[in-house]
Amino acid sequence: MAKKQKKQKLHHDESLLRHVRKEWKLYTFVILPILWYIIFRYIPMLGNVIAFRKYRGGPNIFGDYWVGFRYFKQFLKDEQFWNAFWNTLRLSIKYLLVRFPATLIFALLINEIRHVKWKKVVQTISYLPHFVSLVVLCGMVKELVSLSGPINSILSKFGVDAISFISDPKWFDTLYITSGVWQALGWGTILYLTAMTGINTELYEAAAIDGAGRFKQTIHVTIPGILPTIMTLLILDIGGIMTSGNTQKILLLYNKFTQNRADIIGTMVYRMGITNGNFSYATAVGLFEGVIGLILVTGANTLSKKLTETSLW
Amino acid sequence: MLQYKSKSYRVFTVINFIIMLLVIFITLYPVIYLVAQSFSNDAAVASGQITFYPIGFTTATYRYILRNGDFFRYYGNTILYSVIGTLISVAFTALLAYPLSKSKLRLNKFLIPFVVFTMYFSGGMIPNYVMITQWLHLRDTMWAIVLPGAVSTFNFLLMKSFFQGLPAELEEAASIDGMGTYGIFLKIVLPLSKAIMATMFLFYVVGMWNEWFGPFMYLDTKDKWPVALYVRQLVQGANTVEAGSTSEASNVQSTLKSASMVLTTLPIVCVYPFVQKYFVQGMTMGAVKG
Repeated sequence: MAKKQKKQKLHHDESLLRHVRKEWKLYTFVILPILWYIIFRYIPMLGNVIAFRKYRGGPNIFGDYWVGFRYFKQFLKDEQFWNAFWNTLRLSIKYLLVRFPATLIFALLINEIRHVKWKKVVQTISYLPHFVSLVVLCGMVKELVSLSGPINSILSKFGVDAISFISDPKWFDTLYITSGVWQALGWGTILYLTAMTGINTELYEAAAIDGAGRFKQTIHVTIPGILPTIMTLLILDIGGIMTSGNTQKILLLYNKFTQNRADIIGTMVYRMGITNGNFSYATAVGLFEGVIGLILVTGANTLSKKLTETSLW
Repeated sequence: MLQYKSKSYRVFTVINFIIMLLVIFITLYPVIYLVAQSFSNDAAVASGQITFYPIGFTTATYRYILRNGDFFRYYGNTILYSVIGTLISVAFTALLAYPLSKSKLRLNKFLIPFVVFTMYFSGGMIPNYVMITQWLHLRDTMWAIVLPGAVSTFNFLLMKSFFQGLPAELEEAASIDGMGTYGIFLKIVLPLSKAIMATMFLFYVVGMWNEWFGPFMYLDTKDKWPVALYVRQLVQGANTVEAGSTSEASNVQSTLKSASMVLTTLPIVCVYPFVQKYFVQGMTMGAVKG
């Protein structure tokens, strides 16, 4: 029995070799890209090891000697870390709670536009903010809410004193979320609208015969039809709650007045590691964030698989 | 159809129209405001008179930028990085996506998870920074800007799905006619992939055009800066956490800031409508199979 298995395995290996020999030309395509993935994705992944090792700079990027969990113990006692941790959660969850339903509703409303040209105009314009750079987005926010900007002009007409939005920690969340939705709303509808065009029109006709109006059709046909898309996007969003790419935006948007409320894990890692040069410490914080992100996305995926049979992998 | 004629649906249609107008207004207003500000005189801007159109119309700000060569040097750098970066990115993505879209390749069982895993877990900011500066020694070179983000795994997945959707018969026929693997890719597959190629070009060009964080970390020489980083400096003024100076008072005039932002965004706004029909098509075809 064992002999037979071994023989089969040998046969399998031989044919794999023959397979590579036969298709080697196709495999040559991937050499450069895979090399890129090894250098620019997998080596930094291994580079996380300096979270457990002393690294003092220099070409030995995997560190000099083991220190165990020293840096983890350090940052878990660091008030600044916990502040950043809760800020990350607060900003991500608030943003998700506003953006996610807004995008879905906007997609459903676009789907109800019967006039083809008007629909195109709405889509074209609403996708545009996605392509505006973060630098310009944040610059724009600062101009709009500046003391001489249009928002304060309107407020002054109602007799409200000028508000220094950008340096008032109370307003940071609002600026952050509003500008995020401004940029993401239209783009976020693309996948929904794609999924909607895939819904069988007979389902709508059947629902209409059963006496369902457009609203009921939306509830009973459209939403179930795009549920897999909704779940996929939700899994990805939940997975990104700790690791979302918002670091750059906050680096552009915060200042020393709002820092306490705006500092997230990513911005803290940036300051600790790149501004102050505490590489190992900052890597430990970053690795912690990355592992939580991986756990979150796996957890959300498992849950979704159980509840809706939608899964990323 | 009957259902669209019900009275409540007609009311809804009107409300929906108004909501859409509102969304369009909110989307466009910040841009209109910036353009208006950039053509206004400084006094009108400082006293908060601008709403929709320029006050004290002047092209002085733009003339100042045109006279001052700095802006164009940064603009040139951005164009250089965008062209080179996009070429590398599109080439790498296509070279990876094409073989990985073929189910007959048995090593894909290993290669696809190898690539996709990087979407869920990555090296993080510091290990990347350490590797690029201390090991690859790319600090203050263009390659530190262009290479680290060269392949987007999301774009790779879009492209792979697109290739999977191409009819296999064409490639088989070409193969029977004696065309080799490289010939099939260049002469059959690529010409059929205009939509996805245009989508990839747009995504990568915009990504590189807007890139400021890589240059911010890696480019010490100001002459090498892309325009996004220059605009950041204008907009940020002394307003950063590190510099810790007063918050509102940046000494750069608003007119200059807004004109620079307008000039930075202009090329994207100009290219976008032409590519838009492709990327919706490209994304749709990629997403359906994904």
